[in-house]
Amino acid sequence: MQLKTVDRMTLADPKGVLTGSHYLDGDFSCAEGALAAGCRFFAGYPITPSTEIAERFAQRIPRIGGVFIQMEDELASIAAVIGAVWGGAKAMTVSSGPGISLMMENIGLAAMMEAPCVIVNVQRGGPSTGLPTMVGQADMMQARWGSHGDYQIIALSPDSPQECFDLTIEAFNYSEQYRVPVMLMMDECVGHMYERVTIPHAEDIRVRSRRYTTLPPGEYLPYRAGEDMVPDMVKAGDGYRFHITGLTHDERGYPAMTEECHDQLVRRLVDKIRKNAQQIVHVEEENLEDADVVVMAYGISSRVARLAIQEARKLGIKAGLLRLIVCWPFPEHIIRELSARVKGFVVPEINYGQMVLEVERCAAGRAKTILVPHMGGNVHDPKDIVNAIVEAAK
Amino acid sequence: MNTVKTPEHPMTPFLRMDRMPHIWCPTCGIGIVVKCLAAALEDLTTDLDNVAIVSGIGCTGRVAGYVKLDSFHTTHGRAIPFATGLKLSNPKLKIIVVSGDGDLASIGGNHFIHAARRNMDLTVICVNNFIYGMTGGQLAPTTPPTAKTSTTPYGNYETPFNLAYLASACGAVYVARWTTLHMRNLIGSMKEALQKPGFSFIEVVAPCSTLYARLNKLGSGLDLMKYYHDNAVIAHDMEPKDAGISEFQGSVICGKFVDIERPTWMDETTKGLSAKLGTEYVPWGNGRSQE
Amino acid sequence: MRLWRIPLDIEKQKVPRGTMYLVKERCKGCEFCVEYCPRDVLAMSSEYNVKGYHFPYPKIQERCVNCDLCETICPEFAIFCLSEEEQEGTCNSKP
Repeated sequence: MQLKTVDRMTLADPKGVLTGSHYLDGDFSCAEGALAAGCRFFAGYPITPSTEIAERFAQRIPRIGGVFIQMEDELASIAAVIGAVWGGAKAMTVSSGPGISLMMENIGLAAMMEAPCVIVNVQRGGPSTGLPTMVGQADMMQARWGSHGDYQIIALSPDSPQECFDLTIEAFNYSEQYRVPVMLMMDECVGHMYERVTIPHAEDIRVRSRRYTTLPPGEYLPYRAGEDMVPDMVKAGDGYRFHITGLTHDERGYPAMTEECHDQLVRRLVDKIRKNAQQIVHVEEENLEDADVVVMAYGISSRVARLAIQEARKLGIKAGLLRLIVCWPFPEHIIRELSARVKGFVVPEINYGQMVLEVERCAAGRAKTILVPHMGGNVHDPKDIVNAIVEAAK
Repeated sequence: MNTVKTPEHPMTPFLRMDRMPHIWCPTCGIGIVVKCLAAALEDLTTDLDNVAIVSGIGCTGRVAGYVKLDSFHTTHGRAIPFATGLKLSNPKLKIIVVSGDGDLASIGGNHFIHAARRNMDLTVICVNNFIYGMTGGQLAPTTPPTAKTSTTPYGNYETPFNLAYLASACGAVYVARWTTLHMRNLIGSMKEALQKPGFSFIEVVAPCSTLYARLNKLGSGLDLMKYYHDNAVIAHDMEPKDAGISEFQGSVICGKFVDIERPTWMDETTKGLSAKLGTEYVPWGNGRSQE
Repeated sequence: MRLWRIPLDIEKQKVPRGTMYLVKERCKGCEFCVEYCPRDVLAMSSEYNVKGYHFPYPKIQERCVNCDLCETICPEFAIFCLSEEEQEGTCNSKP
């Protein structure tokens, strides 16, 4: 798949690229994607169904050069990842529902500190301990809103082991571009599914390097941003003597708990994603040109949806697929455009209604929105999606 | 009064003077800990560009904001794992974790014991004022029995931690306790701990006048210092398990309790992986991530 | 200290002398320095600083031997001592 090309791209470090055609599951492909993207620090804690990503990284990193450490819990994992970022590394952790819930405070810290890192959620049935070994997609809203306060992150949704590889690289690239924690919303099906994964040569993989400041110590301000609203980065040990805090801070990084400062800071943290949403949004559109019904799906559900759309077309209904590749920020403008000309949206998701709420919000009543929920444990029965498409086409 | 033409205070290069004066209360001991740390670093002629301070939340957590080093004010209890990640990704840094008794031993307890177990190369300075200061004087895991706090208005009926024992039991290679009155000893301990690879732990008993002293009618911070003067017992090499502060206004046992040698997490991991993988092993210092 | 005889190298021995300085506005009147000065040099002034605290002054400056205890024990980084050499040269040694 085409990676979006923007500035500061370099070639991947060949040491981390397992070039070739492989038969891998999604979890392993994710680990390979991270290594190809230049991730050299991993701190994690085992939780089904994400553990294999950690295991693969642990097995591969000693021959590449980096750090793998299994921490004592998920809270320590995400804290170590953020610490490693400030030491200069590209860092990642992985977990699933219960672990991601534990990590939420420090995901907020990463957003506040503007620390680029990748957090992978291999979703499983929830809430609470739920279905540890079975699929779910019920953490989508948590990815967007999970931590307290106003902030915005980027989240991606792979639908295959190949995409687990590709989108992990995208995730790292987005995190470096916007200095934001990026969540990769896998699910247990995609994570444990074996498929062909083609890993290209290192010179065909684009990774974005961190934008470090070129200003000397004394002139550099950790949180002064230019037009793109993203400040230049720095790392410990380079003589900058900077201060970073989770408290509301001014451009110097010092705590500044005033109304004006907080307003400025929160606006910038959110707007750097929100105002750039159109560049970040990435969807796959199939057969939408003449569509009366748009099936919006993501992850494993999108693959079941494809079958349902085929069946619907056979029934004479002009259905098309809108697949979320970047799920946050949500492709609001695309839904708004489509809602003006289609009869309805069908949203199959393995939860009781999460992304469908975004579709409803953006469609604003101009088109029907039908949720096809499936609580978890397995993928949808395509017939349920077909019935919903038929309903939407009326 | 010699204030006609005042030269700069010697701490000036070490502090973020644009943030002075600091927020700590009159007679708070944290300022003394910062001064001792500055003195220790100066005596060791450490290159301050390679020193990073990580702190948590609380009064002691504010230390990171006042020292002119690469400093990180992280979330409550998570200073130690943050410091672990920072150290492992950039091993040339000397990382000092400065935080309070609640931050390190209550919410941060799990991280504390594991970092000590792993012998992560960190110097941890715990300012123990027996209370949660910043939030208004609540119970801490080190609060002595019968003491009053805002969440134990009828007295504390819990047994406090013996932090020196905890650190030593988990495998810390250097464990010492001093009070803010024992400044020279404290500076000496800090120098030893900073030079020692592995997990070093220094507990500094410090006065909290606004909360601990006031809620327990112990007078001012000066009265607490006088209490340290009269009740501190220096007992080097005492068994850590016997060196607890378990009585309200009892004796404060100070000294260097543990000073052992043990390979650090990095040493062991590097050694083990090279042995297993031979020439295929790429020591992680060489394999730095692309930036 | 009383000596049983005068040391042969007494001319070479120089007792350090220090001068006390104070960043008056930073003092919060904790009295640690006054209490613990080993030479009893300091006392609290009856004046107030801008924050309303009493602050120390060197009642018997000549007794100061520049031991730096007051400087180390001051939680506010307010009081410090300089010897004659330190006053003449740069007072701060490291960036």
